[in-house]
Amino acid sequence: MEKTDYKLLSKITDASKYEGAYNIRKNGKGIERKVTENINIVSKQDNLGIEIYVKENTKFEFVHIPVIITQSGLKDVVYNDFYIGKNANVVIIAGCGIHNDHHNDSEHNGIHRFYLEEGAKVKYIEKHYGEGKGNGKRILNPVTEIYLKNGSRLEMESLQIKGVDSTIRTTKGELSENTSLTISEKIMTSNCQYAKTIFDIALNGQNASTKVISRSVATEESIQQFESKITGNAKCFGHVECDSIIKDNAKVIAIPEIIANNVEANLIHEAAIGKIAGEQLIKLMTLGLNEKEAEKVIINGFLGTA
Amino acid sequence: MLEIRDLCFTRDNKNILEHINATFKTDKFIVITGPNGSGKSTLAKMIMGIEKPDSGSIIWEGEDITNLSIDERAKMGIGFAFQQPVKFKGITVYDLLKLSSKKDINKREACQILSKVGLCANEYVDREVNGSLSGGELKRIEIASVSVRKAKLTIFDEPEAGIDLWSFQNLIQIFEEMRKEIKGTTIIISHQERILEIADEILLMKAGKIEKQGNKEEILPLVFSRPLCCKLGGENNGENRL
Repeated sequence: MEKTDYKLLSKITDASKYEGAYNIRKNGKGIERKVTENINIVSKQDNLGIEIYVKENTKFEFVHIPVIITQSGLKDVVYNDFYIGKNANVVIIAGCGIHNDHHNDSEHNGIHRFYLEEGAKVKYIEKHYGEGKGNGKRILNPVTEIYLKNGSRLEMESLQIKGVDSTIRTTKGELSENTSLTISEKIMTSNCQYAKTIFDIALNGQNASTKVISRSVATEESIQQFESKITGNAKCFGHVECDSIIKDNAKVIAIPEIIANNVEANLIHEAAIGKIAGEQLIKLMTLGLNEKEAEKVIINGFLGTA
Repeated sequence: MLEIRDLCFTRDNKNILEHINATFKTDKFIVITGPNGSGKSTLAKMIMGIEKPDSGSIIWEGEDITNLSIDERAKMGIGFAFQQPVKFKGITVYDLLKLSSKKDINKREACQILSKVGLCANEYVDREVNGSLSGGELKRIEIASVSVRKAKLTIFDEPEAGIDLWSFQNLIQIFEEMRKEIKGTTIIISHQERILEIADEILLMKAGKIEKQGNKEEILPLVFSRPLCCKLGGENNGENRL
């Protein structure tokens, strides 16, 4: 890896501290890989991605699968499938960093599918980042599909803070009995960037539950769209909370959809869009921060990037 | 020393403050009291710079601060505790105390500060200052965030609102400690008899004007000589509340 690769990688993951298994992909090809006794990573036969196998009862291990793109004009599509064995408990860290100094668009479409067996627990963290001086767009379209079997649990944290010109982020979940899916998404857009988020979660089993928290900040001329669909097909619980701070000439659209197909389905959707509250700025100014500093503290706190 | 010179403020054809003149000496504990709508909170906000007067001036330690911004005044040593504490999504109690304190504080110090306002520190230090906290909890965190600043002039706008009797004792103790430690000026907007009783000076306001300023021996008889609810117009729903 070159020094610039390492720098880009460090924007999405702490590359100096890889523990456990990992697979690093650069410009459409795998460049480094490590497997462990409990976690195996194999390339798909068509070489369009990898399969990650976590043995049952694996406890507290890590899997890193970062992607970096430095070649302007590259459109990279990758299918990564995760098979998590019974009662395993792992942390998976993914993400994509694009550096584009040229005029052609660079694009990464990562399709991640998670298959959790009974009692498995996964914490999945993904970060998206773009940089570079060229006019070429940095485009990321991640798709995450989550299939939870009885008693399994997945917690997903997704962060996109800077430099991505266009993104459509799709997350689908199918939950069976006694499962839980928690998703926390944080997005910030500026300039003329566009970010669309789609959540489509089906609560199929008794006592399935999901909580989706989306916090976003839209500034300058950027546009964000948030679509969430929660379908309750059994006795279940679903809660979606979408909070956006809007600034300048930005636009935010929130489209909620909750569908109850069962009398015991308990579904809630909350959405709030607004500018930074004047009283928050005033409070922080009384502590000696100027208006710009106060705004930065509020946004960093809101997005958890302080 | 803080001087208020001929301060006037009119909104919607109503005179909120009319020719207010007052002097607040250093190392004094001053309570501003009066009926609801008498202009107490507006005056306090003007000292902090949250509201701007139509005319008149505010002099702090010999410098005219009338046209200075809120943060400039904060940097000059003025602090303000809000009547309705502000909530923040994503900012923790520890973050707020760190922002408030002029020096870096660690979690242990933050916990000590929280204990002083009667909060079990470990339960609160990492919580977000958001709507999941009750009004009373937010109020105590607000008081903690202001007392940690150790400002030369601290203004509390109705600090007793939302505070129960047990923490009321703590509140008085905090004022007394601040006084000992900082030797600055404390201005409190209050209806509470027990706060009036620890005041060095009381400023009694009515209909946007100062009716009288003096020590508690002079002012308290005026305040309590008539039925309190009639005199001050406050909610007379507590035994010691004006």
